[in-house]
Amino acid sequence: MSFINYSAREINTKVVYYGPGLCGKTTNLQFIYGSTQDGARGKMISLATETERTLFFDFLPLNLGQIRGFNTRFHLYTVPGQVFYDASRKLILKGVDGIVFVADSQRERFDANIESLENMFENLKEQGIEPGSVPYVIQYNKRDLPNAVPLDELRATLNPDGVPDFEAVAPKGEGVFETLKGIARLVLQKLKEGAAG
Amino acid sequence: MHEPQLVMYEEEFHKINSILDRLVRESNSKSIFVVDRNGQLIAHCGDTENIDSTALASLTAGNIAATGGLAKLLGENEFTVLFHEGEKDNIHISLVHRKVILVLIFDERSSLGLVRLRVKKAGEELAAIFDGLLQKAEQGTGPGGGADSPFAEITDDDIDNLFRD
Repeated sequence: MSFINYSAREINTKVVYYGPGLCGKTTNLQFIYGSTQDGARGKMISLATETERTLFFDFLPLNLGQIRGFNTRFHLYTVPGQVFYDASRKLILKGVDGIVFVADSQRERFDANIESLENMFENLKEQGIEPGSVPYVIQYNKRDLPNAVPLDELRATLNPDGVPDFEAVAPKGEGVFETLKGIARLVLQKLKEGAAG
Repeated sequence: MHEPQLVMYEEEFHKINSILDRLVRESNSKSIFVVDRNGQLIAHCGDTENIDSTALASLTAGNIAATGGLAKLLGENEFTVLFHEGEKDNIHISLVHRKVILVLIFDERSSLGLVRLRVKKAGEELAAIFDGLLQKAEQGTGPGGGADSPFAEITDDDIDNLFRD
């Protein structure tokens, strides 16, 4: 849940990057970290194994600037993608304000995407979060690879509800900020609806 | 909604800070942080300049979440106190009211016993304040709540402006 601090005039929100193992969640955060100025970002923390697979989470605090006199801060988290880290994934979804599902476009990972997406919906329900109630976008990563599944096919399977979706090549940064903007927009709109309602 | 939104107002913020000011003195600790369970820093006090407080908040919440997972495995509801002992500095982490996390960093000038004693009393006072805050949030009775909220007026242009280089 977002945290609004009237005293410090800050809005703090939590965005989680979800997806199958090696789909590029950490790479998204690394690119954002590398292309943001010092003042706008905090330290990036990666709790990873010796082989650089995410063990618990990555964390990157970002300051997007002011909106109506309030500093807008986004805390970006990734979950560990590997199937057997499910207990950790559940913990990180706690209090989430927005989700980016990062899909791996490669044909060989098609089933892994579906499994991870279903796992995400199950874990959200376990937290008492109705899947439709939390802002959510999809990123189709690794679009530059020769074995990438055509976009229409990915969309038909992974995005039947037509949430905002983005193509990306995360190591080169293509689509990374577009995805971040996409989810930030939805999170702020939700905040507005919450205030109005 | 799965959990009420945490909103901090000026009045409660000052009350929390004065409790922390007193706690840092009475417990002889170096610094104190109050963090919500989702990893957002709520308040801090003492010698916090050389500590990345945002990272500390996120890692503490992760720590509490992981420990909570362990507790459930054992059939416990929660482990409410964690203590990490270092060569110079130690960290005492406790759950206040199952909602917020109180973190004290202390060295040889204090002791675990003293910290535990002081945290217990301050924790009760903090719990009362957070109770009030959550009530305000649920009823939307705080200043700036409901239609008075500055966020009710957010326009698409405001959001676009955030991303303008």
